[in-house]
Amino acid sequence: MSPQMEIQIIAVIVAVACSLPGVFLVLRKMSMMSDAITHTILLGIVIGFFMVNSLTSPFLIVGAALMGVITVFLTEMLNNTKLVSEDSAIGIVFPLLFSIAIVIISRYASSVHLDTDSVLLGELAFAPFNRMKVFGVDIGAKAIYSMGGILIINLLFVIIFFKELKIVTFDSALATVLGFSPSLIHYSLMTIVSITAVGAFESVGSILVIAFMIGSPVTAYLITDNLKSMIVLSGLIGGLNGILGYQLASLLDVSIAGSMAVMTGVVFLLVFIFSPSRGLLTIVSRRKRQKIEFAGKSLMFHIYNHEGKEDEALESGIYTIRGHLQWNEKFLKLIIEELKDKEKIYIKDDIIKLTKSGREYAIKSYEEIVSGF
Amino acid sequence: MILTDYTLQIVSLGSALLGIISGILGSFAVIRKESLLGDAISHSALPGIALAFLMTQSKKTEILLLGALISGLLSTFIILSIVKYSRIKFDSALALILSVFFGGGIVLLTYIQKIPNANQAGLEKFIFGQASTFLKRDIEIMGILGIVLIALVLIFWKEFKIVSFDRDYAESLGFSSQRVNGLLFIMIVTAIIIGLQTVGVILMSAMLTAPAVAARQWTNKLSVMVVLSALFGAISGVIGTILSSLVSKLPTGPMIVIVISIIVIFSLCFAPNRGLIWKYFRDRKKQRTINEDQVLVNLYHLAMNHEDLNHSHNISIIKPDKSMTAKSAKELTKKLESLGSRGLAKKDYFNKWAITEKGLEYVENYFKKEEL
Repeated sequence: MSPQMEIQIIAVIVAVACSLPGVFLVLRKMSMMSDAITHTILLGIVIGFFMVNSLTSPFLIVGAALMGVITVFLTEMLNNTKLVSEDSAIGIVFPLLFSIAIVIISRYASSVHLDTDSVLLGELAFAPFNRMKVFGVDIGAKAIYSMGGILIINLLFVIIFFKELKIVTFDSALATVLGFSPSLIHYSLMTIVSITAVGAFESVGSILVIAFMIGSPVTAYLITDNLKSMIVLSGLIGGLNGILGYQLASLLDVSIAGSMAVMTGVVFLLVFIFSPSRGLLTIVSRRKRQKIEFAGKSLMFHIYNHEGKEDEALESGIYTIRGHLQWNEKFLKLIIEELKDKEKIYIKDDIIKLTKSGREYAIKSYEEIVSGF
Repeated sequence: MILTDYTLQIVSLGSALLGIISGILGSFAVIRKESLLGDAISHSALPGIALAFLMTQSKKTEILLLGALISGLLSTFIILSIVKYSRIKFDSALALILSVFFGGGIVLLTYIQKIPNANQAGLEKFIFGQASTFLKRDIEIMGILGIVLIALVLIFWKEFKIVSFDRDYAESLGFSSQRVNGLLFIMIVTAIIIGLQTVGVILMSAMLTAPAVAARQWTNKLSVMVVLSALFGAISGVIGTILSSLVSKLPTGPMIVIVISIIVIFSLCFAPNRGLIWKYFRDRKKQRTINEDQVLVNLYHLAMNHEDLNHSHNISIIKPDKSMTAKSAKELTKKLESLGSRGLAKKDYFNKWAITEKGLEYVENYFKKEEL
């Protein structure tokens, strides 16, 4: 297998593995926890390193994953004092833990290959150099197996606890009633997030972990309302971002992780603008439609109110109505044309009148609005 | 000797200025629950720095910071637009834009590396911060920006206060809260950009959040909070710088963050009224009165049943408890003693207890309050 192929396979595996817990982070409004955890696991790795004096020991991964959970725990503890809001709690805990890690590294570990740059940015290009050998036979890049293992763990977790995760995410009070503890599920999820972050950041760096964990689920969130399809879509989008990002990186010869993050942004932007159900274009045109519809109703209420009154000529006169509604001329013209097309109003002696169907419509929508209160 | 060292003076001055500026504007960010915005903006500044360098080939601080400011503002705008035009929540928008912009910055940096003759060395210092590279010019720029920011805070004090605490009220007062909000955003972003050189993109969020959170514990007044926050920021800047210069191989940015975090922890524990230590003692005292009240109510019922106020009772009757140990008996005696010293109960010669007139009144008042 070529190294290029292997890099893309690793990227796709990492993307899917990250998107699985990521979906629940996004839905539970805990996205920034991914940022905190990806940074603080560095401290876990540093402490683990000093305990076993090796950079390849699995003990490091345990230490790092534990530090991720400790981060969540400390943040919640701080938040529970009610002295600090949730966002501030994150903003205090993770820089502190990260600072301690940096201080330890620069003070004691400068001779070791534990470089803060690579933690943040990762170097996917080097991943194929690290081979997995069984009885001396090369069976592929190590990252494929380590991340593949994590992907399987995540998949099993989401499949087995799907119902629990769903209920805790959307209705944690119900979860308590049903008899399983939301905080148990919560901490399990956070452990999964930490393990995934630890496994992934070695090959792709912490920033790309955030892009895969949050970026792809958020993009999927704009397309679907269904939790299952959101999970599947996030994985697909993440994989796509990984492959496109790699192509971009090799085209321009720039950082692979960086361009995958950029691709996540580009794909998000496209979906954000063009998504058929919730895209910016749809929303803006829908809001405009609603504005016109509402204005049409207001105009008809106005005419109905002054129908047959002494001041009708003044209040509903085609030249004078603008002063009473305080709309700009172009907008008023648009609304009048619109209503005329629908035969809700007509103009007689320069006065705007309601047609029969217009009057019925005005009364009906007025009642709808009133009963709405 | 250390205090006369020129470089150290410059660096400490810079860190102090940073602490003051981020302390003041951080107060608003914290109150508005936007402290994590600092994290996103500081990461998002990176592509701006790289682009500014690519376009001008200059490494002048003011040019790079201008690039950072523009991309920081752009990212803020995008984050707010995402929240406004979709159902995506603020925190997800932050995480998304943070990683995308930072990734873009890394792409640009690796691109710059390949350009022949372009000496990019020194651009990475913005990622982790490098206060030791401060020049006198940098301090002057920080000073000028700081003065402008502080002046703006003073001029728009009332407006900022209102939009930070109650946006709806601000709207109803009729002044354009959108414009004031915009100005405040620009100022917060500027404060973040100023800090990048010292503490770097990752730790800047702490500089924005921590001094304000610490200050918040000591006061309920915004003006006091802002002043205290600036003070804490300055102190941690100076102490962090001095510590990192005293001990070799201690990076400045992380040291500043550790110092300010210690101030936060101290404030959380010891600040009067809000502090955890005081709260603990308050809770314990409250618990004790509740327990004592319970004992007194038992005495009250015993007195009612015996129709004789002066009939005294043994402690095993006052609080029937099958597993009454020596320890719990002692505790009960202690509660009774305390009630006695408050004049609500009295003891006879046989160590038996009865309720007093005053105790009776206390319990009856208590029940009356409950009924209300």
